[in-house]
Amino acid sequence: MAESSMPSEKTNPPLLSVRGLTAAFRSEGMSLDAVNGVDFDLTLGKTLCLLGESGSGKTVTMRSLIRLLPPTARIGGRIELDGVDVQSLDDEHLRAIRGTKVSMIFQEPMTALDPVFTVGHQIAEVVVWHEGVSWSAGRKRALEMLDLVQVPSARRRLDSYSHELSGGLRQRAMIALALACRPKLLLADEPTTALDATVQIQILLLLRELQRELGMATIFVTHDLGVACEIADRVAVMYAGRFVETGEIGEVIKTPQHPYTIGLLRSTVHAGSEKGRLTPIPGAPPDLLNMPPGCAFAPRCSRAVGACSDHVPELAQVKPGREARCILVSETTPS
Amino acid sequence: MKGEIAIQREHPTPASEPVDTLSATRPFLRVQGLKKYFRLRGGSFGLAGAYVQAVDGVSFVVATGETLGVVGESGCGKSTTARLLMRLIEPDEGQITLQDRNVGGHNGMSLRTLRRQVQLVFQDSYASLNPRHTMAEEVGFGLIAQGIKRAEARRRANEVLELVGLEPAIFADRYPHELSGGQRQRVNVARALALSPQLLLLDEAVSSLDKSVEAQVLNLLIEIKNRLNLTYVFISHDLNVVRFISDRVLVMYLGKVVETGPVEKVYTAPGHPYTRALIASRLSMDPSRRVEAAPVAGDLPSPINPPSGCRFRTRCPFAESVCSLREPPLEAFGDDPAHSAACHALIPGSGHSRAPAPGGEPSTRANGAPK
Repeated sequence: MAESSMPSEKTNPPLLSVRGLTAAFRSEGMSLDAVNGVDFDLTLGKTLCLLGESGSGKTVTMRSLIRLLPPTARIGGRIELDGVDVQSLDDEHLRAIRGTKVSMIFQEPMTALDPVFTVGHQIAEVVVWHEGVSWSAGRKRALEMLDLVQVPSARRRLDSYSHELSGGLRQRAMIALALACRPKLLLADEPTTALDATVQIQILLLLRELQRELGMATIFVTHDLGVACEIADRVAVMYAGRFVETGEIGEVIKTPQHPYTIGLLRSTVHAGSEKGRLTPIPGAPPDLLNMPPGCAFAPRCSRAVGACSDHVPELAQVKPGREARCILVSETTPS
Repeated sequence: MKGEIAIQREHPTPASEPVDTLSATRPFLRVQGLKKYFRLRGGSFGLAGAYVQAVDGVSFVVATGETLGVVGESGCGKSTTARLLMRLIEPDEGQITLQDRNVGGHNGMSLRTLRRQVQLVFQDSYASLNPRHTMAEEVGFGLIAQGIKRAEARRRANEVLELVGLEPAIFADRYPHELSGGQRQRVNVARALALSPQLLLLDEAVSSLDKSVEAQVLNLLIEIKNRLNLTYVFISHDLNVVRFISDRVLVMYLGKVVETGPVEKVYTAPGHPYTRALIASRLSMDPSRRVEAAPVAGDLPSPINPPSGCRFRTRCPFAESVCSLREPPLEAFGDDPAHSAACHALIPGSGHSRAPAPGGEPSTRANGAPK
């Protein structure tokens, strides 16, 4: 079980280390750069939220980590997970770490679960396949897992098909499936976005509790600041395939540095929003096939200056553990 | 010519409109006992012949010029209600009255007239636009259907495109795939406005937009409403957005209205246990004050076989036997007569142990909420 207090973060070697991650989709006469250089470390017991809007590269970043992308994708950079160089793995070894070292939960459990097998069978199959145990042992684990994710009358649900479950139960079943072989890293791709408000909060609380209990590291992709506030330790705000701001979630919310983060906070309607007018970010996110030169946010940025279009600014340190990719930030705090 | 009225309503002149003098006393839209059951066809064993009770006896009014927010989770009937109001589907029972005229029926308002006054904006900005229409064709389509000449429709289309912030010279001849999500939703709003309706039904109109774009469209909706004196019914699952934009709210659960009232009342002093749970399920936006316990357990039951009596009783921490026996009526409680909820615990003499004494002062339980 990993300690998740502050000092241990410094001494623990990171579970996951990502350097210069890029992902591009190539097809005839076209190349789309979805992720343009992402670096981060993640230790056991911690949750990193990738926060961004559609097309910001958050999901592709996450899927690149286990190379779960279509064959047209080209993934570059270094990905080291628990001592394993993910980039060098062949298909067989890749399959071996998916489910044991790392597993993933998705936004839409209805399409992620197999409709022709019972929930119990699907969970047992993972255990049988990875751990070589008998089917009855696998089924026993499946029952434990459904109990763990607080599915009521779990024994009966073992023999349910996914269409027989409600949205919340389906998502719990998918979490049970993902955690069946006790992975060290959980990848969660907007797992609560399709859920109703009263169910969403239940699943977020469950994920927080499971992480406390099992001590795994989590990468959580979301577009919702509220969800990030509930679940994240650290947050990386993404825009056009790059991190534009990183830091502890509380600090990023309280003192955002990058103009995009500031704009995003201002344009989000929250419980304390004043009636009247919002302050939106003008324009729309850039077309990934036709990126502006320099800072990708410059065309929408009210503080943009000529130099913004010269080159992509570095992700500069504001203070330890806190970075922003903006020339205004790097000018005031030379690193 | 039929279309003339539509074209000329662009700049409302309250003095010359007999409608507006009436509106002070009479609601713009009145819905009474609206009911729609969908029959399940074939397929699932044992379910054939069963009904989805999508909307079951919904009544409400919308005053001229106000924004009524409708909130609820999936399956609560909010979208079905919108479609019933537009007569995209026929209600099984119930009456819709628009400015004192019945909609449908023998002597009622024709659908053509209804749809000139009420327009709907859908959630999916892409699916709701015809991929083979340019924006000008799309926006002008309804006008032509209402009998307006092509050239005039085109002129009007340009006018409303400009109104929603899309330069006609740039956008009029583009196709939906050439636009961003936010621009497409602006076109949907423009199309709805082309016939100069008085009421817009916005069914999750900003829900699929990115936050930075959602704020732009919300601002646009507010601006247009003020400029054209529109009335909105704003349907959304996003509690924060509904609070931001609405004057009054209607909270729905499994096809029923469980609470309605002025927005601040409902959000600060909710009466129905479901409303309280829904409001408490909102995320905090403050990592130091995280939600620590789920406000309500479980999922929504299926609307195919909804619970007897109060439909929320299966998830309600205060459910008692009376809740399964009788359906609670929607009644005013507390200090504001406009604020009502359908909960036995708030109704004097209902037989619920938390109910105020019959005939007694509503004093101590003024805000009725069982804690």
